[in-house]
Amino acid sequence: MTPARKYNAVVVGSSAGGLNALKTLLRNLNRDFKFPVIIVQHISPDSENYLIHILNDLKRLKVKEADEKEQPQPGYAYVAPPNYHLLVEPDQTFTLTIDERVNYARPSIDVLFETAAEAYREHLIGIILTGANNDGSLGLKRIKEMGGLAIVQDPDTAEVDSMPKAAIQACAVDYILPLEEISALLNSL
Amino acid sequence: MKKSQEEQLENQDIEIRLLIQAIYDKYGYDFRNYSQAHIKRRMLNRFHLSGMSSISQMIHESLVNHKFVDQLLMDLSINVTEMFRDPSFYKAVREHVVPVLKTYPFIKIWHAGCSSGEEVYSMAILLKEEGLYNRTQIYATDFNPVIIKQAKEGIYPINRMKDFTLNYQRAGGKASFSDYYTANYESAKLLDSFKKNIVFATHNLVTDSVFAEVHMVVCRNVLIYFDRQLQDKVIGLFADSLTGGGVLCLGSKENLQFSGYYDNFEGLVTGERIYIKKYKV
Repeated sequence: MTPARKYNAVVVGSSAGGLNALKTLLRNLNRDFKFPVIIVQHISPDSENYLIHILNDLKRLKVKEADEKEQPQPGYAYVAPPNYHLLVEPDQTFTLTIDERVNYARPSIDVLFETAAEAYREHLIGIILTGANNDGSLGLKRIKEMGGLAIVQDPDTAEVDSMPKAAIQACAVDYILPLEEISALLNSL
Repeated sequence: MKKSQEEQLENQDIEIRLLIQAIYDKYGYDFRNYSQAHIKRRMLNRFHLSGMSSISQMIHESLVNHKFVDQLLMDLSINVTEMFRDPSFYKAVREHVVPVLKTYPFIKIWHAGCSSGEEVYSMAILLKEEGLYNRTQIYATDFNPVIIKQAKEGIYPINRMKDFTLNYQRAGGKASFSDYYTANYESAKLLDSFKKNIVFATHNLVTDSVFAEVHMVVCRNVLIYFDRQLQDKVIGLFADSLTGGGVLCLGSKENLQFSGYYDNFEGLVTGERIYIKKYKV
């Protein structure tokens, strides 16, 4: 058994099918969930950030768009704005950039995960959900290298299974679970 | 985390800090107050492409090989842009800023961090359509001389024109966008008539000072790369450069809320990050 460890943040990456998956994930979190949740969902560049309204309506975590220089707080979920990469600085504040797409995506899951992995080190939980490409695999691998916890949605339960499958291939993930059980695990940590 | 991982990460961060210091000491380009996570991603990306054995080797190379430095400067430049990027911003300029500019007999605009020029030409097109271009002088600046040269040419890949046209229409453009450039097989060149009132020049927001009094400053998606201290310094430059009642336009995720110069400005179209400099604080 791994020794009890203190976590400080959760990063989540999702793509095709992500809206429903995120709803299930957040709905099943405790109202007093302890860690900030930072989300990259692949989204069209010119879309209004409707995701925030939908996730806020669940009335679990307070959901907002990530602002540049913001420091993530417990009780909140932060969503990367459309057409910006979201990075976490060594001092655990957010940076937004308009750099080139990574894995055809902006925001890219790898960009968030790799920077968050270095900022939070062993105190980070990374989760890959449903999606049709392989964004997030390298980032999840980096989270493992830095000593963090890697969780992947069970591909059999994912709306689109390529992204979870790619993540499972990229590194030795700690848990492969259906969404409800991911929430339950997070609540217990 | 394993001890070896921790040490590797620490060494990497030290090496990147030294690389940035070397570029500053030798060439005067100052990236020390840029977002660390961003700089690190860009430099590691170059490291993997370069085939060099360590970041320390990149430091040495940057001191002796000027071509390599140019490459690093390109990596550290923000070169993702498009014509009429964020169409709603240009729509707001047309509706809310143009009426302000119309009150001036002669208009001076500073476009800071203009990159390869797409957004400068967008503004020129908009001003021309509004009948203001002939009495406008635009200073378009960027720290990177290679990029300024590209901006001056105003030549863009033809395959981008479809997106640019769509942006133009969403921004409230009514003319036929293809009238504004000449196309050949590979590229599209902006008409020279849009260039005549634009001066392209190198200017470094970090190390250079104010060079003119202007009625409008456009600086979009540059400040997000700076730390809070540098952001504040640069907003101070803009405040010094603007006339009372002048207009400041920032990127859609940038705002003045945390700036020490917050009281110098009031919102004109806050949602689009368009501000007016107050006559008196």
